[in-house]
Amino acid sequence: MMMADSGSNEEVAVIVNTDITSTESENNLINTMVERGTALLRKMEINVAEAEKRTGKNTVNMQETYTVYLIEIRPAETVPEGGTPATPDTLWRRYSEFELLRTYLLVTYPYIIIPPLPEKRAEFVWHKLAADNLDPDFVERRRVGLENFLLRVASHPVLSNDKIFFLFLTEEKGWREAVLETGFQDKVDSRLKSLSAMFRVKNPDKRFTALKHYSDELNTVISQLLRVRAKVADRLYGVYKVHGNYGRVFSEWSAIEKEMGDGLQSAGHHMDTYAASIDDILEEEEHYADQLKEYLFYTDAVRSVCRKHELIQYELEMVAQDLVHKKQQKEELATGTVRIFSLKGMTSKLFGQESQEQRESRLAALEQSIQEGEETLKEKNTECGEFVQTAWEDIERFKEQKDKDLREALISYAIMQISMCKKGIQVWSNAKECFNKI
Amino acid sequence: MSVGTPRGLASSGQKPIAEILHPLSSAAEPLSVSVTVNLGGDKEAGLTNGTPVETSSPASTSSLFNRLQLDDDLEADVRDPYAETTETRDLFVTVGDPKKHVSTMETYITYRVSTKTTRVEFDLPEYCVRRRYQDFDWLRIKLEDSQPTHLIPPLPEKFVMKGVVDRFSEEFVETRMKALDKFLKRIADHPVLSFNPHLNSFLTAKDLNKRQGLALLTKVGESVKYVAGGYKLRARPAEFCAMGEYLDTFNQKLGTIDRIAQRILKEQSEYLTELREYGTVYSSWVGLEDELRRPLEGVAGCVTTCCGALEDLGENMSQDFLPVLREYVLYVESMKNVLRKRDQSQAEYEARLEAAILRKQEDRTPMPVEVEKCQDKVECFNADLKADWERWQSNKRQDFKQLLTGMADKNINHYEKCQAAWESLITLLQDKQTEDKSSETN
Repeated sequence: MMMADSGSNEEVAVIVNTDITSTESENNLINTMVERGTALLRKMEINVAEAEKRTGKNTVNMQETYTVYLIEIRPAETVPEGGTPATPDTLWRRYSEFELLRTYLLVTYPYIIIPPLPEKRAEFVWHKLAADNLDPDFVERRRVGLENFLLRVASHPVLSNDKIFFLFLTEEKGWREAVLETGFQDKVDSRLKSLSAMFRVKNPDKRFTALKHYSDELNTVISQLLRVRAKVADRLYGVYKVHGNYGRVFSEWSAIEKEMGDGLQSAGHHMDTYAASIDDILEEEEHYADQLKEYLFYTDAVRSVCRKHELIQYELEMVAQDLVHKKQQKEELATGTVRIFSLKGMTSKLFGQESQEQRESRLAALEQSIQEGEETLKEKNTECGEFVQTAWEDIERFKEQKDKDLREALISYAIMQISMCKKGIQVWSNAKECFNKI
Repeated sequence: MSVGTPRGLASSGQKPIAEILHPLSSAAEPLSVSVTVNLGGDKEAGLTNGTPVETSSPASTSSLFNRLQLDDDLEADVRDPYAETTETRDLFVTVGDPKKHVSTMETYITYRVSTKTTRVEFDLPEYCVRRRYQDFDWLRIKLEDSQPTHLIPPLPEKFVMKGVVDRFSEEFVETRMKALDKFLKRIADHPVLSFNPHLNSFLTAKDLNKRQGLALLTKVGESVKYVAGGYKLRARPAEFCAMGEYLDTFNQKLGTIDRIAQRILKEQSEYLTELREYGTVYSSWVGLEDELRRPLEGVAGCVTTCCGALEDLGENMSQDFLPVLREYVLYVESMKNVLRKRDQSQAEYEARLEAAILRKQEDRTPMPVEVEKCQDKVECFNADLKADWERWQSNKRQDFKQLLTGMADKNINHYEKCQAAWESLITLLQDKQTEDKSSETN
């Protein structure tokens, strides 16, 4: 377990899921190390403890099997020596509810990089690993991923204060209604539209442009890495498994030998052990892949924020442009010069000048419009400025988190490799001892 | 002179049954004139014939002893515990120094065969000749002919498919040379074969006159008469049956191990390809990052190191492991041949015996000498074979022990290299971590 650095000024809370699979225990793999203690986490400990299969009727009245996950909340007080920990409050959630929560967060906090969910379907699999959603290994890894998601949200300075999130953790029954009541659904469609729309921004904030570019590249590189890693895993599996054949042939050979028999036979057993060891090794490595996947999905969230900035900037530019346009129109009206083509202007030229009253009422209307326009511009400017500021704060936070997490991931990957090497040395040394006895 | 096997032999088998062709008695055959191109130019230019290294006076025993001071090559021989003890060994041979020879007719490789000995059968205590594969093959055939009751060690494969294998690549030549060296060493260690005059010629003669054929043909003809005539062996002694069965199963297992090893090589090679690409992806990631630069570079570096280690492992397997395995397959073939010859000789004896008994019943002629000779021959064969079998078994045990522990060693080595690389990365990264932490709190 990696302990918090007690010397730092910031409060550090370390959340460890004690239900980690046995293969992880040796290598002290941690889900989330929280940098800034949030009010929420000061109050409670969050766990996704179990997964269970359920069957029920879905919306089209068909039988379906799905998995539910048990969320446990405990008060975050230290337990006195010999005392029993408080019983947790629990509730069950299924994956689709997590998705709903995330969608809500996405539209409500468009300037925040929302933590991603674990993948819906298994991707980047190597052949041995099941791609089946109901496969216990997949479910287990998903459980870990969901807990990770909750902890990331709970440790976020902004998101952790969200009421809906709190209800998600505490209200099993009424939560869905509460989410719908926020009216976030309306924003969902417009968000989807804005994400896919093509528009040109004249003066984007260069930092966001660079960030979007980085995010796209990171997405590419991590996808590549995951793809190749799966192939590497596949091949390594093959290498180890073929060695198992030595086990059998040594055994058969030992049957016809006198002095050599025992040595060969026992060496054969070690070859079997060697071949079998790859399963655990690769299972453990999946955790590394999951860590990479989280950041792969994070790049989508980053891109999302960048696009939102573009959209706001674009709207701002449109409003500004519109205002300029109107001011020009007013000027023309006032001075009588026609610089901009307008139907009214043309008709008045063709069919004679309009009356003084008409002109004045038009001017007044324009004046009104301009004033409104300037209000809107001010608002938009503020909106844009606020967005840039809050977003960039979160981006800086994210960058630090990313650097730290990925560095940790690489270190733990190295540790995994060392462990694999040690196992290999052990087995071959054992085999060598047996060979020495033949 | 020492005989390794501690059994009372009816006859030592030193007198070969076939005629010996003394190299000097036959008409000299001119060797093809060749222009030699040495791979590493040195004084041995033009050496397709044998040339003794030193013509110093062989007289005193002390000088002989001095000359037997072991050089590096010989040290390896001494370490073999299953061979005769160093005090009794008096014949050391080594094969080395491969050189390419290019002539208008052909291109081929010769090897230097160095001999050091105190035996009286040799005129000089040291010899140094150059021989090509053909010469080794000649020697083998001669030995088989002249010592039919003995197991002759195998040679590496004669024919290699041109275009599939590069006969002049360093690896191929190296592997072949090691096999030829083993071949000669096994013969030199054999209490009977090492005294064969053909071996003597091979090791010492300037011109190796290779007259094949006539004697071989007549000899084959004789025993074929008795076997081809449909004569079935009465009763093969149980121990030889057991040997035959053992060899069949052993051969099978060797084949399986060979296939497994090849499969492993293939899988490792494919793994290596993917691993290389894996490393390059990490390298390409480096360019995107600032803080993560060093860790990513480190990981890419470790992956590269592991690739190198894997390459070495594969090379080892194909150059050291597989050839020895294949050599034993050939050995098994040789041994089976000897068993067959033994059967033939027994068949011959039994046939003659039957014929003689019938004639005796008819006209009371005494048992002809040939029949007795045949019986002697069979007994002699059986004894030689048993002795050789024991020797072969013990050599086989030693060889496989070495082979398999070697394989284990190489694998351990491979993992050690990888482990060291990853460990140094962790140290590097954790140092930086403590660096950062201390600068943070300051």
